[in-house]
Amino acid sequence: MFRLEGKVALVTGASGGIGAAIARALHRQGAAVALSGTRRAALEALAEELGEGALIAPADLSDPAAPAALVEQVEKSLGALDILVNNAGLTRDMLALRMGDADWQAVLEVDLNAPFRLARAALRGMMKKRWGRVVSIASIVGVTGNAGQANYAAAKAGLIGMSKSLAQEVASRNITVNVVAPGFVKTAMTDALGEAQRAALLARIPTGRMGAPEDVAAAVVYLASEEAAWVTGQTLHVNGGMAMV
Amino acid sequence: MSDTAEKVKKIVVEHLGVEEAKVTPEASFIDDLGADSLDTVELVMAFEEQFGIEIPDDAAEKITTVKDAIEYIEKQKAA
Repeated sequence: MFRLEGKVALVTGASGGIGAAIARALHRQGAAVALSGTRRAALEALAEELGEGALIAPADLSDPAAPAALVEQVEKSLGALDILVNNAGLTRDMLALRMGDADWQAVLEVDLNAPFRLARAALRGMMKKRWGRVVSIASIVGVTGNAGQANYAAAKAGLIGMSKSLAQEVASRNITVNVVAPGFVKTAMTDALGEAQRAALLARIPTGRMGAPEDVAAAVVYLASEEAAWVTGQTLHVNGGMAMV
Repeated sequence: MSDTAEKVKKIVVEHLGVEEAKVTPEASFIDDLGADSLDTVELVMAFEEQFGIEIPDDAAEKITTVKDAIEYIEKQKAA
């Protein structure tokens, strides 16, 4: 089950922990994977690790023209996309009172505007193929909110609304559009937390551990698979039970 | 048949998977050729690409038959 042979996937933010795990998992299932991100060296290392069926496609998604160019570039090399994983994201955490317009906009640009532009570009080929999977990585805070993350939470909630709308528009073409909403996942970002913060966080997670990037990747593989054809417009929460919504 | 008409017909046949004989000038994309609203958007985008023109939404809404499409495109190309 969940094999992806013959499929072409694009993963944004593949230079990060979760993105790299997603790329590895899709590749392991047999997909050809285009690795996008801003850190070229990290992408090259991952491509080398994966070997055949991996391609690097560096892009800076804060540039409004980048998404269309990225999809075009990948499709020229690997053929029309079957699977788009909107994983790239950034945070600019601070209380709203201190949050400048630039902090708000920078997060919205990369975390919400770019996924829309990528989906718009990728859906054209998927409509022609009559098959496609768009999976966007949101966050539990898009549903629960989080002090200090008004910009990030707004963008992630936006992804959910966008995905539900796109799902309705393209369902008749065998294209599904879903969201994976991780909770606290062990990455470089959460490694920076202090001991007390970490303990407080763990106390809120019934499974008693932080998530691994692979926990998120497995959810993406499922939603990208043929077997998930009847699942669309959904948000799959992967958070160890921290929030049951 | 004009060059534009030939190309329009070809695009319609390809996109909607219908027999060429059914693509008459009077044929309505939705009523006669089985297109849904997403198909009509795809067709308009294909026309834009093929002919290098922009078809704004209000004009696209009025293009409901093969003839509408040919006439609109020929007018744009002449302008």
